[in-house]
Amino acid sequence: MENRWLMAAIVLVGVPLVIVGYIVLTERVLRLLPPSRRDGIRPWLWLAPALAFVGIFLIYPTIRTVILSFMDARSESFIGLGNYAEFFGNDRNWTVLVNNLLWIVFFTLLTVVFGLLIAVLTDRVRYESVAKAIIFLPMAISFVAAGIIWRFMYDFSPETGTLNAAVGVLGIEPQTWLFDWPRNNFMIIIAAAWIWTGFCMVILSAGLKGISTELLEAGRMDGANEFQIFFRIIMPLMAPTIAVVTTTMIIFALKVFDLVYVMTGGRFDTDVLANRMYSEAFIGRDFGMSAAVAVILLTLIVPIMAFNIRRFRQQEAIR
Amino acid sequence: MTAPGPVVTQDYAASELEAQPRPQGVAQGNAFTRFIGRTPVHIAIIALCLIWLIPTVALLVSSFRESQAVAGSGWWTALTPPFEFTLSNYDRVLDTNNLGQSFVNSLFVSIPATIIPILVAAFAAYAFAWMEFPGRGLLFMLIVGLLVIPLQSALIPVLQLFVSVRIGDQTLNGTFLAIWLAHTGFGLPFAIYLLRNFFGALPREMFESAYIDGASPVTAFFRLALPTSVPALAALAIFQFMWVWNDLLIALVYLGGQQSIAPLTVTIANLVGSLGQNQQLLTAAAFISMALPLIVFFTLQRYFVRGILGGSVKG
Repeated sequence: MENRWLMAAIVLVGVPLVIVGYIVLTERVLRLLPPSRRDGIRPWLWLAPALAFVGIFLIYPTIRTVILSFMDARSESFIGLGNYAEFFGNDRNWTVLVNNLLWIVFFTLLTVVFGLLIAVLTDRVRYESVAKAIIFLPMAISFVAAGIIWRFMYDFSPETGTLNAAVGVLGIEPQTWLFDWPRNNFMIIIAAAWIWTGFCMVILSAGLKGISTELLEAGRMDGANEFQIFFRIIMPLMAPTIAVVTTTMIIFALKVFDLVYVMTGGRFDTDVLANRMYSEAFIGRDFGMSAAVAVILLTLIVPIMAFNIRRFRQQEAIR
Repeated sequence: MTAPGPVVTQDYAASELEAQPRPQGVAQGNAFTRFIGRTPVHIAIIALCLIWLIPTVALLVSSFRESQAVAGSGWWTALTPPFEFTLSNYDRVLDTNNLGQSFVNSLFVSIPATIIPILVAAFAAYAFAWMEFPGRGLLFMLIVGLLVIPLQSALIPVLQLFVSVRIGDQTLNGTFLAIWLAHTGFGLPFAIYLLRNFFGALPREMFESAYIDGASPVTAFFRLALPTSVPALAALAIFQFMWVWNDLLIALVYLGGQQSIAPLTVTIANLVGSLGQNQQLLTAAAFISMALPLIVFFTLQRYFVRGILGGSVKG
């Protein structure tokens, strides 16, 4: 135990010293070179630690995962497309894909629509900051804690389950919210949207503040009502921001893990790709299949990656 | 304001959570009719806020109730007299379920895993922002691409790597060092991206005049870039801290199943399956894990928001 305190101290003091020392030292060495050569070498010295980390922990492993996906459970021999054939040949895995699709559509829809709605509504009142802080608050909560919060919300007993108590008031029998497909998926999606709507709200609200008041005034002068202002002026101007938020939410929907792991563990047909990948590797001990699931996930994300890079280049062009 | 790609805004002051008083459009009519006209807006906002608060309040109230009370009646009944609150759930999870140790472990994981990536990223970000080199654009595009790489696609090879590296009589896997390294690697693209955007927005003249005065890039970095980017560094630090503190997957995979070094998220996720009859203890456990992020959130909210606005997201 004392060992770990020592290790923490070494890391907290040592790592900054090493990194700063490295930069200062390389600068000394650069001084020995002719000035014309310095500026060509320096950037690479500054990038080296970061590139090493990114190479070792992201690029190499991702390539390796693609290779592993063509190998057997113990990564000993190549089996071609065997893992993929097995994955797509299993009906249960199609449920997983459908679930991720439900996540993409409904999680994104809920977070973006509510984020936009709350951003627009709170823009009109004096207690904007308080209201936004309340919506934003779940962002600070881990998915594990959020999973527990919502397990209690969905509890079967109307004595403890807030939702069953609420529908009980309307005369509806207590429901097993997390048992029946596809409703259980929607229930977990609602919990996730509860967390991430605040994120969308913050970005959309910043976009909204960027729209000039004069423009909205001019619209009102010309007799546009509030709905026309929203759909004809605000929405088109917000389109790029909405696109950014939407892609971010889609990526989240594809990668969702913790919440499903805590709320159902993927049972009752609520499994998703990221959880499937985890259980194939650490419960099924099949690294090949697990890698194949990861590659499927990655493939689904590639179009969004391309979209982001394209937007980034446009953004750099106007910089 | 509506920059494409992950959102980049120059004017952060206008985008934080604080209310931005802006002239209202509905200028006709007197104050009373305006108030009536706004009533639906107020009702909608208050209803949404209540819906958003209920889950957290339910957890908080339940965590202070006796186990029989939790099982037998709704948390809302505890809001009316007689008030019967207790700390027994907290006592029990801290004593018997290792939550205290896990809290310390979470700090152990989070603090180095916040500091290391920021340091490593800062130099790279500065190089991307203010140094000329061939392939700069292409390399930075790679970083933008890596922002969305699911860490699932790197999980297993990194695990195999950790298992193959031996320190003395044990492998790197299952040590704090492993999880610090993993979080640094996975967190870097976002950190580099965010800091590069902040550094890049600093005025060019500032660096030019420093170089004319004979400052080296090292001096310019430490004396100009870092001090003027404190808000950005704070934003990144909070973001990374929250991300690491709340992470379950990386801890689950690289810290193994050892209870003695498990952070809060892992311990609590295990409790979900193992508590059986004592499910109400989960409320106290969850709240212990939320306490620190909530304090950070309430005190440093504006930096957190800046982090979101200054970069895209990871997750």
